[in-house]
Amino acid sequence: MSSLTVTGVTKSFGATRAVDDVTLHVRHGSFTTVLGPSGCGKTTLLRLIAGFLVPESGSIAFGDTVVAGDGTRPMPPQTRRVGYVPQEGALFPHLDVAANIAFGLEKSARGSDRTDDRVAEMLDLVELPADFRHRRPDELSGGQQQRVALARSLAPQPALVLLDEPFSSLDASLRGSTSRAVRRALEASNTTAVLVTHDQNEALSLADEVAVMRAGRLVQSATPSQVYLSPSDPEVAEFVGRAVVLPGTASRARATCALGEVVLTEPAEGEVALMIRPEQVYVDLTHDDGVRGAVEEVSYYGHDCAVQVRLDDGTSVLSRMSGVRHPSPGDIVHLRVTGLVRAYRPAAP
Amino acid sequence: MPLAYVATYVVVIGPVELWQLVVRPRIVELLRNTVTLAAACMAATAVLGVALAFLVERTDLPGRRAWHGLLVAPLAVPAFVNGYAWVSLDRSVHGFAGAFGVVTLSYYPLVYLPVVAMLRRLDPALEESAWSLGHSRARTFRTVLLPQLRPALLGGALLVGLHLLAEFGALSLLRFPTFTTAIYDQYGSTFNGAAATAVAGVLVLLCLVLLLADLRLRGDRRYARVGRGAARNVVPLALGPWRAPALAAVGAVVALAVGVPAFSLVRWLAIGTSTQFPVAELTEALVATVVLALAGAVVTTLAAIPVVWLAVRHRGRLSTLIERSTYVANALPGIVVGLALVVASLRLVPVVYQTATLLVAAYAILFLPRAVVTVRAGLEQAPVVLDEVAQSLGVGPLATARRVTLPLIAPSLGAGAALVFLAISTELTATLMLSPIGTRTLATEFWSASSELRYGAAAPYALLLVLVSIPATVLLMRTDSPAAQTEQVPA
Repeated sequence: MSSLTVTGVTKSFGATRAVDDVTLHVRHGSFTTVLGPSGCGKTTLLRLIAGFLVPESGSIAFGDTVVAGDGTRPMPPQTRRVGYVPQEGALFPHLDVAANIAFGLEKSARGSDRTDDRVAEMLDLVELPADFRHRRPDELSGGQQQRVALARSLAPQPALVLLDEPFSSLDASLRGSTSRAVRRALEASNTTAVLVTHDQNEALSLADEVAVMRAGRLVQSATPSQVYLSPSDPEVAEFVGRAVVLPGTASRARATCALGEVVLTEPAEGEVALMIRPEQVYVDLTHDDGVRGAVEEVSYYGHDCAVQVRLDDGTSVLSRMSGVRHPSPGDIVHLRVTGLVRAYRPAAP
Repeated sequence: MPLAYVATYVVVIGPVELWQLVVRPRIVELLRNTVTLAAACMAATAVLGVALAFLVERTDLPGRRAWHGLLVAPLAVPAFVNGYAWVSLDRSVHGFAGAFGVVTLSYYPLVYLPVVAMLRRLDPALEESAWSLGHSRARTFRTVLLPQLRPALLGGALLVGLHLLAEFGALSLLRFPTFTTAIYDQYGSTFNGAAATAVAGVLVLLCLVLLLADLRLRGDRRYARVGRGAARNVVPLALGPWRAPALAAVGAVVALAVGVPAFSLVRWLAIGTSTQFPVAELTEALVATVVLALAGAVVTTLAAIPVVWLAVRHRGRLSTLIERSTYVANALPGIVVGLALVVASLRLVPVVYQTATLLVAAYAILFLPRAVVTVRAGLEQAPVVLDEVAQSLGVGPLATARRVTLPLIAPSLGAGAALVFLAISTELTATLMLSPIGTRTLATEFWSASSELRYGAAAPYALLLVLVSIPATVLLMRTDSPAAQTEQVPA
């Protein structure tokens, strides 16, 4: 187990810079998710760390050992001791579960009691029953395949485990249970892990740290709550959860916008872009205290609902409210902003 | 290489003389014969293949599984054996009508099989949504099913065309002269290399036209493939009063395509064994056939591995070119490859002329595409990501090849070699031209007996040829096996 340090790494394919000067530190034993839309370069970053690709500039180090860059010969993937869990698991279809898990163990150890013990230990770690060892990959569900793939990558005690969108092919209910099991297994084995995903719920709920990537660049790296509550710019805010971004005028700790006066997290002056989370927009159904608007659309989810409101000045605003009592399209409501609001310098025109 | 031979020859011989060689009344007649027969057979097999496939896959025809087996069975009977069966029963089966009938009955499975495979793969939801939109079954067939079947149907029909252009044995027995039989006659009677090669040039052109059409279809087809998740069965169409006529029609096809050759074979076997049953010669021919086919299968499969590796793992212009060029060889009739190798070996390396080496080389050229298609399907089951996982687990490239790639492609290597083995065992044309003097194979022995009208003596060889073909047919029928892709490759 070791920490991971990526320093100024760049990789291009033709004219496009897939990974552009990325610097990232992953603490020993921690779990980092790299979050970004498709094509942002997150998978390329993962493949650079695994050693399937070689960076053009910058360096990658596991603990104190530089594995690529800094003028050293890049270490080939098979000597890096990196566990790699690709999409859909990619179990070896000709081997059973036990042989898959034991694949990366030393040749002398394979087929011995020690291997059997290790396989049993790994199955236990990923919370699969011990009698799964003789199943073939095609007899497993998608979630079970992912767990075996993780067990296979953990068996040789890697320095680091890389997971490439491991849950994207699973259906919603399986995704939740599988990802939590994976999280527990990584925690129990105290393994440093990097998981790449485009799903913000997954990224926020699993990780100690979230690294947000956009167009090849790392735009923010922080804890899940920091990324959600203090996104580095409005675009990150809109990618990590829904956000209402309104123009406003700030004066010290307060600003005015289409939703009235709001309190800022930090003082600002002049023209600003205000980022308001939908759950901060309170919809008042009974009093006419606040900014008036007409309900356009209601998406009811049970535990809560999303309400799209058109204000009298034409601005459209999204609110997220409890599902217990909710308005219907056409109702006239009044909106207020609760809690603190982040102000950004408006994007250059 | 055979293509290069024909091309250089055409250049060397000069346009004037070439023109004189090509434009002769004889050639015009051959061209008319070849083209009309190919067109008629392609049309007939297309209609027959689709109709039978629909009856078996989409209606409540009784005993559909059994009919399917019987309808594919003609593939196990080489066309020249089928021709022999008909001619030996009734001398009046010859000329255009005879050739048309026999060839259609031999080749319709080439359309039937891919159409059946396509019908099974198609998501029934497509048809169901068409009915729910108020279309009748007939209209659904025309507007939804037929357009989807088009690639399989056209691909199969083109295959029939390519087979027909290469067909020598059946047409020769049925005395219907086409380019292929003319080339052989010219080569055999006069050793007239110039005339034979000129005719071969025209034949290659015809093949290339069909091949280009096929390659275009192949390119489109990739996108039309539907996932195999949807394995639900469509509610079969109730035939009602049409059940009896449909049964009779399918029965008639089976009787003509399977019954007649079987009856004829059994009859000649009975007559033949009463006079002679040369066990020693049969064994000798069988051994020679097996040895040649084994050698050819091993050489061809080994040659396929680098081609497939380049095509799948290192996609690029060069690798595509190499892979495609094997498909061009695919369209070359055995007669052209044989002729080219004869002339080339006599000019360049006379030592190998009439040796087993040359014959095996001809087999490798002819059947490389079969091995490539099968092995390719296998290698695509071993995606690169598995190599990457193995590497990340600390396993080096060589060990990865041994522990991951090889076990995964081993079944397809076996299937490819088996297919080539069986194809070689029943190959007639190139074997006739290139086999070393004194080497007797099943095909050559059968041929010498049947072309001398010794039908009884030919029967045991014909039976062995059919027996050898059965395993390949079974491989082809399993549509889920990698070998099923090979149905698209002509002999």
